Amino acid sequence: MSKYSIQINGKTHEVDVMEDMPLLWVLRDVLGMKGTKFGCGMAQCGACTVHLDDVAIRSCSVPVSAVGKGKVTTIEGLSENGDHPLQQAWEKHVVPQCGYCQTGQIMNAAALLKRNPKPSEEQIEQAMQGNLCRCGTYNRIKQAIITAAGGSNVILNKADQ
Amino acid sequence: MKISSPFHKKIEQQEDVSSELFKASRRDFLKIGGVLAGGLVLGVSFFSCNDKGKKVASLAPNVYLTINADGEVIIVAHRSEMGTGIRTGLPLIIADELGADWSRVRIVQAEGDEKKYGDQNTDGSYSVRMFYKPMREAGAAARYMLIQAAAKEWNVAADECDTENGQVVHKASGKSTPFGDLVAAASALEVPKPEQLKLKDRSQFKMIGHDTPIFDLHDIVTGKAVFGIDADVENTKVAVIKHCPVVGGKIKSFDDAKAKAIPGVLKVIPIKGGDNPPTVHKPLSGVAVIAENTWAAIKGRDALEVEWDLGPNATYDSAKELEELAEKIKHSGTVRRKRGEFSKARSGAKKVIEHTYLAPHLAHATIEPPSALAVIKNSSCEVWACTQNPQGARDAVAEALGMDAAKVRVNVTLLGGGFGRKSKPDFIVEAALLAKESGLPVRVQWTREDDLHHDFHHSLSAQRIVATIDADNKLSGWSHHIAYPSIGSTFDAKVVQPSDGELGLGATDFPYNVPNIQIETYDCVSHMRIGWLRSVRNIPQAFAIQTMLDEVAAARGMDAVANALDLLGEDRNITFNEELINGKYPNYNEDIAVYPWNTSRMKRVIERVAKEAGWGKKMPAGSGLGFAAHRSFLTYVACIVEVNVDSNNRITIPNVHYAIDCGVAVNTDRIRSQFEGGAQFSTSIALKSAITVKNGAVEQNNFDTYQIIRMPESPKQIHVHIIDSEEKPTGVGEPPVPPFTPALCNAIFAATGKRIYKLPVDLTTA
Repeated sequence: MSKYSIQINGKTHEVDVMEDMPLLWVLRDVLGMKGTKFGCGMAQCGACTVHLDDVAIRSCSVPVSAVGKGKVTTIEGLSENGDHPLQQAWEKHVVPQCGYCQTGQIMNAAALLKRNPKPSEEQIEQAMQGNLCRCGTYNRIKQAIITAAGGSNVILNKADQ
Repeated sequence: MKISSPFHKKIEQQEDVSSELFKASRRDFLKIGGVLAGGLVLGVSFFSCNDKGKKVASLAPNVYLTINADGEVIIVAHRSEMGTGIRTGLPLIIADELGADWSRVRIVQAEGDEKKYGDQNTDGSYSVRMFYKPMREAGAAARYMLIQAAAKEWNVAADECDTENGQVVHKASGKSTPFGDLVAAASALEVPKPEQLKLKDRSQFKMIGHDTPIFDLHDIVTGKAVFGIDADVENTKVAVIKHCPVVGGKIKSFDDAKAKAIPGVLKVIPIKGGDNPPTVHKPLSGVAVIAENTWAAIKGRDALEVEWDLGPNATYDSAKELEELAEKIKHSGTVRRKRGEFSKARSGAKKVIEHTYLAPHLAHATIEPPSALAVIKNSSCEVWACTQNPQGARDAVAEALGMDAAKVRVNVTLLGGGFGRKSKPDFIVEAALLAKESGLPVRVQWTREDDLHHDFHHSLSAQRIVATIDADNKLSGWSHHIAYPSIGSTFDAKVVQPSDGELGLGATDFPYNVPNIQIETYDCVSHMRIGWLRSVRNIPQAFAIQTMLDEVAAARGMDAVANALDLLGEDRNITFNEELINGKYPNYNEDIAVYPWNTSRMKRVIERVAKEAGWGKKMPAGSGLGFAAHRSFLTYVACIVEVNVDSNNRITIPNVHYAIDCGVAVNTDRIRSQFEGGAQFSTSIALKSAITVKNGAVEQNNFDTYQIIRMPESPKQIHVHIIDSEEKPTGVGEPPVPPFTPALCNAIFAATGKRIYKLPVDLTTA
């Protein structure tokens, strides 16, 4: 067990945990921040995505000892009132089905837009390929990212009835 | 003690949990719903929804709807939300029939209690089919009472009044009163009998047939939504379990010294399991590590040394099994359906097409792995779990603990995916047993490895179809040979043949006009826990049938759409019973007279999809369109997939078109989303996923080896065309899956000339 002082969503948290404990479990089990999800434990699915200094990381595979002085942002800290442009776009396009992977998807997309505010469709696909969705919401995710980036509705076809 | 479960945020758990949370009374319902006194509670007695199907008939007076004096409308969602949108879909039916203001509706999730709520086993694409009418009646009953109360107050005739947007209105006088103000007067009235209710005409619906966003949308995108993995009470400990790698194996001995040395590990407890057959409500053999947190439990589990008696399934090899089944189905089997004389069709045929179709075991791989929390206090047990079947879980926990079911309460969280996996309560029973043994609140957490290794897997299958074409260019004979371990084997070792129910998922209900049909099945002993995966046997059966029909079309010199329309023949309702050896087509547990297999509905979706997709247009080299049509869960679906295959055999899917007839459409946005997701789910089945077993143990450990599609390889545009239908509504959770894989395989043929006989697709060997 070791003591760590970590910066999460603008606040400093002191934790006393095993040094190899992944950030994911520090967030969920120690600090009770449960918006970040567990899916695979080996950086294969992206459900646990958070930001470390604005870069998307898989928190299931980053030990707490590696966080250092980096600034961690989780879904709880992405926006004050749940109104980040991506969260708004996610609601506009009713992206989620079961919803479980969506916080990781949103965090990954937020990191993408930070480094590339106007991604092409192909750039979105490449950037989002580490985030699995078993329900199959990929097209609405893509659409929501384009909307949040100020693009138009070109992908998701709302068919007639 | 605070309970951070999404639907019980406001309750403080008392010392004696049973005293506050368990009584299945109206008073408790009000408490649980956070509703104060002064509300209008409507107990609606339902009549049989389906007296032949699932157990819905014995619906006692139920409580689905409460209207508060402040105007808030509280609707109980009693089916589980796993992504289909049902937690929004059923409540909106009540709200629409009531004339509620949707922004004043709050949805409360029901705990598992069949007597109170009716069937809650969220499975089989049942929810809307089973509860459309009861939900309408629940809303209409409240509407009736509110109108009576207002009409009396205004001294006008009740039939001159209406409800809209949370108010009773009298158009002639311009009077209106909010529901809340009528609660006191209305609650003094008698609950109307069903025959007194006048249900709305379709033209009056404001929500049914339109798009409504899901209720939990904002909570989901802000990370506040609570899934099974998030359930928490004070002092919750986490258990991670080392399960026996082989179904039916048992613990010989174990050494927990290293596990217990890990900081945070509290207890190590063996779980006695390993029954063979395994059943769904009993756990596998395993050794559980209970720790302060998940990481310590995972490390403890990894440090355990367990010696197993691997049991009778330790030599199972799925590749060998598939080879053996493929050999077995070359011979004659047990006849299950017979029309005419196939042998004569074959001997008189001008052309004979014969192929074997192979498909692997699959895992559900919900992104949320199974997780459940159990608390035991004062001889009662309370559970929070991502379960599709809270009633089944309640019974299973009661049995495992030797407790009366009335002492067990199962709270349903949101489910991070279900697809059939979470209808089995094994992981919930584990939590209950460990809570009992340890005396601690225990949340069992399965890892991804546990999930893939110890799933209730979709079974592998081998099929052979022989199609004969006569001198008049007619499809004269159809002989379908089918082998797979039955789902029934999970419950009863004596079951070695597919059940009528399994065959009725697309095989024995082969609807085409072919004069000679024979369907045969074979013995197959199971060595796995075989379960049901989104659309179940429809997956392999539709794959084989619909890809063979594409070859039949080519052999007849017809395009696939024209061939299907020709084979469906004249408009009619088909009953299969007289040709089935066991005499009865299960028809998804519905009376075939009430829900017939109607060829005109199928033809209509086929014609629609062909038109929308531009069927018949010339495609560039390397591209192709593929078609398939399939009725499952009483919903009619036709699908056209466009593929492009490049010189490196890389498959892309630019377009998918679905045309569907699911009867009256309830929430059109969620119908579309189910089809969008169904196409993606089926793309994984077609192109990516396989579970293989060696020495009785699953070989895939995580998403690196059990692959599901990722965004770059997913279908780019999915167009969903919903037929405007007045038929009784039917489900849409599963029906998108079956026709997609064969349509994709047929498109691959159109693009490359390669036929697909084995899943997942491998173009290097096809």
